[in-house]
Amino acid sequence: MINIKTPITKKEIKVLKAGDAVLLSGIIYTARDQAHKKLVELIEQNKKLPLELKNQIVYYCGPTATPPGKSIGSCGPTTSSRMDPFVEPLFKQGLLGMIGKGRRSKKVRDFVKKYNGIYFISPSGCGALLAGKVLSKTVVGFKELGPEAIYRLEVKDFPLIVSIDPFGKSILGDV
Amino acid sequence: MNKSKLKLEIERLVEKASFSLRKDVYKLINKAYLAEKNNKAKTALSWILDNAKVAEAERLAICQDTGLPIIFIEIGKGIKISSDLIDIIKEGIESGYEKNYLRPSIVDPIKRGKPSYQGGVFHIDFSKNQKGLKITLFPKGFGSENKSRLRMFNPTVGIDKIEEFVLETVTKAGPEACPPFVVGVGIGGTSDHAILLAKKAFLSEIDKPNPDIYLNTLEKTLVKKINALKIGPMGLGGNTTCLAVKIKKVKTHIAGLPVGVNISCHALRSASVNFKRIIL
Repeated sequence: MINIKTPITKKEIKVLKAGDAVLLSGIIYTARDQAHKKLVELIEQNKKLPLELKNQIVYYCGPTATPPGKSIGSCGPTTSSRMDPFVEPLFKQGLLGMIGKGRRSKKVRDFVKKYNGIYFISPSGCGALLAGKVLSKTVVGFKELGPEAIYRLEVKDFPLIVSIDPFGKSILGDV
Repeated sequence: MNKSKLKLEIERLVEKASFSLRKDVYKLINKAYLAEKNNKAKTALSWILDNAKVAEAERLAICQDTGLPIIFIEIGKGIKISSDLIDIIKEGIESGYEKNYLRPSIVDPIKRGKPSYQGGVFHIDFSKNQKGLKITLFPKGFGSENKSRLRMFNPTVGIDKIEEFVLETVTKAGPEACPPFVVGVGIGGTSDHAILLAKKAFLSEIDKPNPDIYLNTLEKTLVKKINALKIGPMGLGGNTTCLAVKIKKVKTHIAGLPVGVNISCHALRSASVNFKRIIL
């Protein structure tokens, strides 16, 4: 088990290899289908984004509503491949990595290698368990999208497995 | 039975389906966990079991995808109902989702926009075997729903072609649809009916044999073949890609052989309630 802490740089994540089990602590940002569509539209129009993507990790997740007394509701990963068409523009903004579930396209694997990024998978269908690893949740963009908004999550020992490492090696194969 | 009591019962169904993993499903995941030899896959299965315990204890949704609600209504002999019943069920589902802090996941298919709790799919059947009225809530997550497939086979094909189609569908579904799966297969009827049967197949107890001996053998054969694909939980390999295959069939036309396959993730959730009589 490897412990990593954000903020982290592309140079520092090069030690991670496909198949490594990782516990991540620090900040990650949720973004799923509609948030990606909007982010890429803003990038294409050269407009300001609601968050700075450089060296950040996006988590493909749309959590449930937050019950009283909890920091977040159920918050597992959604299918990553739906975000495949949006990966390169985000990498161009300096994105470091992605967390989701399932395989990616060959193109995405090539982009991960080209931009020295990383793709993790987190326990799928385990949103209640993962809720216990999130210390706080704050909306930072596209609030009008409800669960599809961008949320800043502070996580502690969030369990991940490296699915595509910065050298483009993958454990799941391409979709 | 008055309106407010029915609404309350529906809210309870939402709660039960969202927070408590079905006992038959838990049993088969636990069995798979105990038998699994691949360490990574075993760990992933232990997360799934822990998740079910946390969800129940903390009243958190088993999965953040609290699904598109599918409602099956079975109307038995002597039951008189009107469209009021559907309105109250809709109200109960909406308030049940909201009160339990589940995820609004329903949008206009073209405009998209902010998701709400309003919507669902109703299926109504009349049954001579059913005593009273049975209402089942089946919240279907879309990671697995997106992997649904239908094929209209020639009527002369052998059962091997149906097996191949199921295996191909599971392979395409892959780690994205959250294995270990329960695979629903509907054979016969029309295109729409085959897919609906595949979905209804999930509502039977998945740890029990199919009462049709031929289909029971086919289910067991398919489970073995699917597990030989070694996709495994999260795609990590091992022997647990599928918990069960459930097959339903109905008569079809001489010219055709529709086969529908619907995948359920390991978080197969549903809850039912029976009413002896309904007076609204």
